[in-house]
Amino acid sequence: MSEVIALDQSAHVRPIRTRLAVTLFTFGVLAVVACVLAPLVGSTRISLARAFDRSIPFADNVDAQIFFIARLPRVLAAALVGSALATAGVVFQALLRNPLATPFTLGVSAGASLGAMLVMIAGVGVTAGPVSAVPLASFAGAAVATLIVYVLATPYRRAMSTAVLLLAGVTLNSFFSAIIMFVQYVADFAEAYRAARWLMGDLDVGSFDPLIAAAPLVVIAFGMFALLPSALNVLSLGPDAAATRGVDVARTQRLAFFSAALATSAAVSLAGPIGFIGIVVPHLVRLLVGVDHRIVLPASALFGATFLVVCDLGARTLLAPVEIPVGIVTAMIGGPFFLWLLVRKGS
Amino acid sequence: MTLSADRISYSYSPAKTLPPEGGSHEFTLTDVSVAVSPGSLTGLLGPNGCGKTTLLKLLSGVLKPDSGSVRLGQDELRALSTRAIAQQIAVVPQETHPAFDFTVMEMVLMGRHPHLGAFQLEGPGDLAIAREALVATGTAHLAARAYMTLSGGEKQRVVIASALAQKPKVLLLDEPTASLDLGYQLEIAALLTELNRERGVTMVLATHDLNLAASLCDRLVLVREGRVLMQGPTREALTSATVQQLYGVIADVAFHERAGHLTVIPVSRQ
Repeated sequence: MSEVIALDQSAHVRPIRTRLAVTLFTFGVLAVVACVLAPLVGSTRISLARAFDRSIPFADNVDAQIFFIARLPRVLAAALVGSALATAGVVFQALLRNPLATPFTLGVSAGASLGAMLVMIAGVGVTAGPVSAVPLASFAGAAVATLIVYVLATPYRRAMSTAVLLLAGVTLNSFFSAIIMFVQYVADFAEAYRAARWLMGDLDVGSFDPLIAAAPLVVIAFGMFALLPSALNVLSLGPDAAATRGVDVARTQRLAFFSAALATSAAVSLAGPIGFIGIVVPHLVRLLVGVDHRIVLPASALFGATFLVVCDLGARTLLAPVEIPVGIVTAMIGGPFFLWLLVRKGS
Repeated sequence: MTLSADRISYSYSPAKTLPPEGGSHEFTLTDVSVAVSPGSLTGLLGPNGCGKTTLLKLLSGVLKPDSGSVRLGQDELRALSTRAIAQQIAVVPQETHPAFDFTVMEMVLMGRHPHLGAFQLEGPGDLAIAREALVATGTAHLAARAYMTLSGGEKQRVVIASALAQKPKVLLLDEPTASLDLGYQLEIAALLTELNRERGVTMVLATHDLNLAASLCDRLVLVREGRVLMQGPTREALTSATVQQLYGVIADVAFHERAGHLTVIPVSRQ
């Protein structure tokens, strides 16, 4: 028995540097393998060697065209979105001190959905460079929702109240969802179908352009995340406990809220509100590597990418040539898992 | 290094902060002066809502006084960063509920947070300090356990270890035994005595437990309705008269030979 305890201890007391290196390497390899293999699989069989064969002109190389134009942007979009939603989930869970929070809990995605919906129904054709109207409008909707929730939860010159934040976010979520349903109800059938389809999530971005527009936003959000992990660890003991361990609580909460909202907005405007990534991935990662945010956050970024790439692969191939919306695949895996977590937490 | 409050006043207002649970907006702490000398163990006594927790938050820099100043040695707390304060003052609350399932070692290592840079991971030195804190609190064998699976007394010892890992000059404890049963209360009391007498840790202890205060503290500060009623050596401050003034309770206060300290037996409500 004493031997077992000794082994157990050495495993957990292993220095953070070692744990971080091992975790990043393992999850990194998984993510790279998923991103390289996924574009090879699909309704048409292609060969990696032929796709990268420079001796064949690109115009004649069907394998290269399928790999680089049809599939690679989609796989990279899945990786980017999965990564953004998983890490936003981790940050919101720590900020709200609630392991059941998701990137969509605070109404950011409902705001994004409403923006996208209004543009689709109204048929507006505004574009900014490579970005078309729908992602622009959904990003604007997310920004508006973020600001409303922030203002409600942050009374003048006082620290943010996470209880009010949660209530305001959940209420705004329902309010926006009601407007979305109303807009769908009054829209004609074709528009309503298009809108409903958008809500299921879609990674078929068609080219690299939408990716190039969304990626900088995610990179900025990740840059802000980098400042957070150890403060989030301490903040999960409560605001006073964090303050007496040297954390600037108000600043950390602001940074966490806006960075996670930015990552969520970018992901949702690129691919629609793909559910459950933000809760399934962080919890799976915690089961595997423990709860230290300095490890959980980067591991979730890598595993979120892998998870969504694999789910999207399933969406493309399970009923091929018919595609299942990826949001359905993630929710079918995520839903039962979420319930299992709730039941386990309750027992 | 002396931690001292010089004529501090504080009132809660909606524009600043909400009062602690059960507190009211009308509550004010008025003109409080306290000095905590190095190596001492000061008790903070008073009825519910008298301002003990508020005073501890002012002493730890979590709240800033409306007037007056809190000083650590020569430095005014107001002028120090949250991080600089946390390198010198640690706090043990009544209960600590982490939102995630941290191990005991991780909880204790969080005490190193104020000593680490933004991107710095804890090194061998920090691990050695954390191990020493675990040994000092008798929790070394729990290092790999999940904090949430521990008993109340074990949890509180781990939180004290986490505070010790901060290497503070002063340790502030807010009713650290209030949610523990008698056995654990004595265990924590013995631990605090040992830390104070043998390791020279300076402590301020807010408590409702008069007998705990009598057994541990060399000085008492009695607080009533946001003001200091009296302060002084335990033997002088803890009497039937002061207990009656403080709580409205008639009590016998006498030296107990076998316990080796003053004991308070509440008799009746006034």
